[in-house]
Amino acid sequence: MFASLVGFLGDFDLAEEAAQEAFAVAAERWPRDGIPANPGAWLTVTARNWAIDRIRRERTLAEKARQLEVPEATVDELDDTAIDDERLELIFTCCHPALALEAQVALTLRALGGLTTEEIGRAFLISEQTMKRRLSRAKAKIKATGIPFAVPAEHRLPDRLDAVLAVVYLIYNEGYSGRIDLAGEAIRLGRVLAALMPDEPEVHGLLALMQIHHARREARFSGEELVLLEDQDRSLWDLQEIATGREALERAIALRGRGQYVLQAAIASLQADDGIDWNEVAALYAQLAQITRSPVVDLNRAVAVAQTGDPERALEIVEELELSDYQYLHSTRGAPLRRLGRTDEAREAFERALALARSERERRFLERRIAEL
Amino acid sequence: MQYAMLIYAEPGYTDALSEDEGKAVFADYMALGEDPRARGGGQLQPIETATTVRVQEGQTLTTDGPFADTKEVFVGYYVFDADNLDEAIELAARIPAARLGGAIEVRPLVER
Repeated sequence: MFASLVGFLGDFDLAEEAAQEAFAVAAERWPRDGIPANPGAWLTVTARNWAIDRIRRERTLAEKARQLEVPEATVDELDDTAIDDERLELIFTCCHPALALEAQVALTLRALGGLTTEEIGRAFLISEQTMKRRLSRAKAKIKATGIPFAVPAEHRLPDRLDAVLAVVYLIYNEGYSGRIDLAGEAIRLGRVLAALMPDEPEVHGLLALMQIHHARREARFSGEELVLLEDQDRSLWDLQEIATGREALERAIALRGRGQYVLQAAIASLQADDGIDWNEVAALYAQLAQITRSPVVDLNRAVAVAQTGDPERALEIVEELELSDYQYLHSTRGAPLRRLGRTDEAREAFERALALARSERERRFLERRIAEL
Repeated sequence: MQYAMLIYAEPGYTDALSEDEGKAVFADYMALGEDPRARGGGQLQPIETATTVRVQEGQTLTTDGPFADTKEVFVGYYVFDADNLDEAIELAARIPAARLGGAIEVRPLVER
């Protein structure tokens, strides 16, 4: 009977509870009403009906809560396991790959971040009306296509978790926009995730990466000017946030994390040191490149190699990349070329980067580089 | 819920397969059709056999060829009964065309 319940319900715990309920009712009724002709069938039917009722009640509650769009509880209020499970399910539902990425981002901010539709619209420079439609369409698709409100099964979890982390990181990278601190929101979401999935190393890795990076935000710009890491005023760094980020990184490493976010967090942590171990940074970028197969990562590796004092090797790495339209490729060539005294080539590289630059800040930065030659 | 799986692939997408590989692909298609969740399905004959029909102002207009003249063509379909989209996606991922350069469009049927 139990096996058939598990099969029917697809839920081990629920099946157990349902079975217990059925036995309890039987213990009460059978002495009174007599044992039914087919006791096995009676128990099964009773258990199933109890379970169906329970599912209906929970679904209605969950649906009502979402319709009311009640602002989500903060991490401090998470002491009820049922709420925890529901929040986790919500995250995975919001970040389902069948939804358009921009819809995943909007839903996550709405359902988990508790931002209003207007705030989300503002952050992405979209009218409230348009954002409302985007959210409605996403919710309609969830309903129409049967996207389940559930934490994915074990075998699907790694991919699905990747999708969730990608959404959170995307939100982080939006930064401060339309008077909304999306970076702060992303970090908050990261903390919620870390509390809900404490055994997932990449979750801690992403949180660490965001926090360490965030800690340096005040030093990243001097007025309107972009400031390189090596030139940053470290007194403007939030040391507490770096420490918190490093704690998250340690948790990730203790869980044997070696994925893309843990590696990036480790790099960020090294770069917050007094004397940066560029060899180690370069080695970590090499590992990261293996995972992401991204030429941009290789470019960063080249920068690190250049910093170790090997401009020739750095140039070698860059020259192997196929990124001719990527401005950072050219600016990355510029510095080592200059160090090797190949000034004309350096100027040419920076000028190509300048032609591809997309913001005033970047243009001014490159113009200064050229002027320094 | 019932889901339609619309299979798109380049004509001749199985040509490059060895005899053994081809048999395995065929077996996979058969197995899916025999899955207890299958509610229907069919393999379409090649695109050269297609005829497109429209009716305008009471007149039946017939033209030679498929509706959409694209690189990837509609080659077949299944209808599966699944509990949710994730289950449907897993079924779709097993359709051989998906791993041979094709794509499967998964869409729920309107419930009657």
